[in-house]
Amino acid sequence: MSLAAEIELLQTTPVHTGVQLPIYMDNHATTALDPRVLEAMLPYMTKIYGNAASRNHAFGWEAEQGVEKAREQIAKLINATPKEIIFTSGATEGNNLAIKGVAEMYREKGNHIITQVTEHKAVLDTCKRLEKNGYRVTYLPVQADGLVSVADIEAAITPETILVTIMYANNEIGVVNPVAAIGKLCHAKGVLFHTDAVQAAGKIPIDVQANNIDLLSLTGHKLYGPKGAGALYVRRRNPRVQLNAQIDGGGHERGMRSGTLNVPGIVGLGAACEIAMNEMASETTRLTGLRDYMRHKLENALDYIAVNGNMEHHLPGNLNMSFVYVEGESLLMGINDIAVSSGSACTSATLEPSYVLKALGLGDDVAHSSIRFGLGRFNTKEEVDYVADKMIDTVLKLRELSPLYEMVKEGIDLTKIEWTAH
Amino acid sequence: MAYSDKVVDHYENPRNVGTLDKSSAEVGTGLVGAPECGDVMRLQIKVNPTTQVIEDAKFKTFGCGSAIASSSLATEWVKGKTVAEALSISNTEIVKELALPPVKIHCSVLAEDAIRAAIGDWKKKNNVAEAEPALAGASA
Repeated sequence: MSLAAEIELLQTTPVHTGVQLPIYMDNHATTALDPRVLEAMLPYMTKIYGNAASRNHAFGWEAEQGVEKAREQIAKLINATPKEIIFTSGATEGNNLAIKGVAEMYREKGNHIITQVTEHKAVLDTCKRLEKNGYRVTYLPVQADGLVSVADIEAAITPETILVTIMYANNEIGVVNPVAAIGKLCHAKGVLFHTDAVQAAGKIPIDVQANNIDLLSLTGHKLYGPKGAGALYVRRRNPRVQLNAQIDGGGHERGMRSGTLNVPGIVGLGAACEIAMNEMASETTRLTGLRDYMRHKLENALDYIAVNGNMEHHLPGNLNMSFVYVEGESLLMGINDIAVSSGSACTSATLEPSYVLKALGLGDDVAHSSIRFGLGRFNTKEEVDYVADKMIDTVLKLRELSPLYEMVKEGIDLTKIEWTAH
Repeated sequence: MAYSDKVVDHYENPRNVGTLDKSSAEVGTGLVGAPECGDVMRLQIKVNPTTQVIEDAKFKTFGCGSAIASSSLATEWVKGKTVAEALSISNTEIVKELALPPVKIHCSVLAEDAIRAAIGDWKKKNNVAEAEPALAGASA
């Protein structure tokens, strides 16, 4: 489509009514608390305020009942048993506990850990800390579609390897790793397998039994539950996984995580898991439909755009696209009534573009042009239309301003120009 | 990050967007920055051959809002100035005018570079000596 035709299309686009601004479409960062979750939590903020560890009175028993129900709800979501669920403050703590806990506990067996470059900082920085303490860490690259290669993991395993930690689904590009194959491999090699399932839990089916997962971190606020409540699944049979506690104290959570339980948060996390499980099938259909609709709408209106990451093995609500020749932060500025994220350097303190997109082999210029849309439970078709139209409008406007777009349209090869890097 | 009102104004209503004929002897073109750094500015000036006054200026910028605003402002400021006067525009003045935070100072530096590159191109085309006396206050 020509630029003129694109502009004309824009001008004939109907004005949107009925959407409430600003629109939240950054559901990989966090999610809104589902009102049903709040309802479940409220009694535990006021009436049922006992300490779940108080064994001698009804206040404690009632709080404990709420906690144990949540443990069941969480276990059910991932096909674990309730005793395998350890409550944490969130997935950063869960990842720290899993990785450091295994590293310290199995130090005599070996000192080698395998992970991948596109992990969340909660995993990468934990591994870096361990490296300072004498552990050896392999950071595997990912393929151009963002997925880790199981063959690479296999090749990296040595007799010293004690843990493989590979995320279930990526927070930026939404790709879902071959977890079943990784679990099978680790099981066969006698290596523990931890997965950061923050983005996957409650969004796609997870089965720790079928997939041989030994440790799994999740958190409440990514699945419409409260912030500050998370869980770590720790396998109890075949094999029984042991962890060195990272927080010492009253010996809560079978000694693996001391500290008075955040009862309202835990109750909320449990309720959120149950709702996510019950609605997963229909929500997957709805979100996938909305996402693909948005993608096609953008693709029909704009040239030089690309989807980042494997779209076949993908979270339902994720869409990461590069709008080449337009810089991400200026794009965000143009859509300032919409909350999304950019891989642009300018949005980070380091002035480095997204390390995840760079790991896919994308040039810095394409990484600078990327936007992550995170569709969630409360997004509507009307909102998707508004966001897509506003994106198209802004990209066209910024491309009018872009010397790169003009040069490309004139047939100039941008790679042949001597740029003055600064 | 919150943007200053002036940055928002230049972003929403960029001044002097466009392209001048780069083959014309009266036109100087400065292309600075690099796509992989997330900033590319192209600033063009059209200089009156007898008075050396910059009669027109156009820009196009790939970059963040502050980069767009810096180059938009630069075109406003160079217009009507002589080439020598335009060389005296410093990035610190741009920082001050747009209230740029420290992390965005490089945008103003790039805008100053763009002015200098455009003037340099024009001088080269017209065989004007580079060692022309600059006005007081010129600094990098």
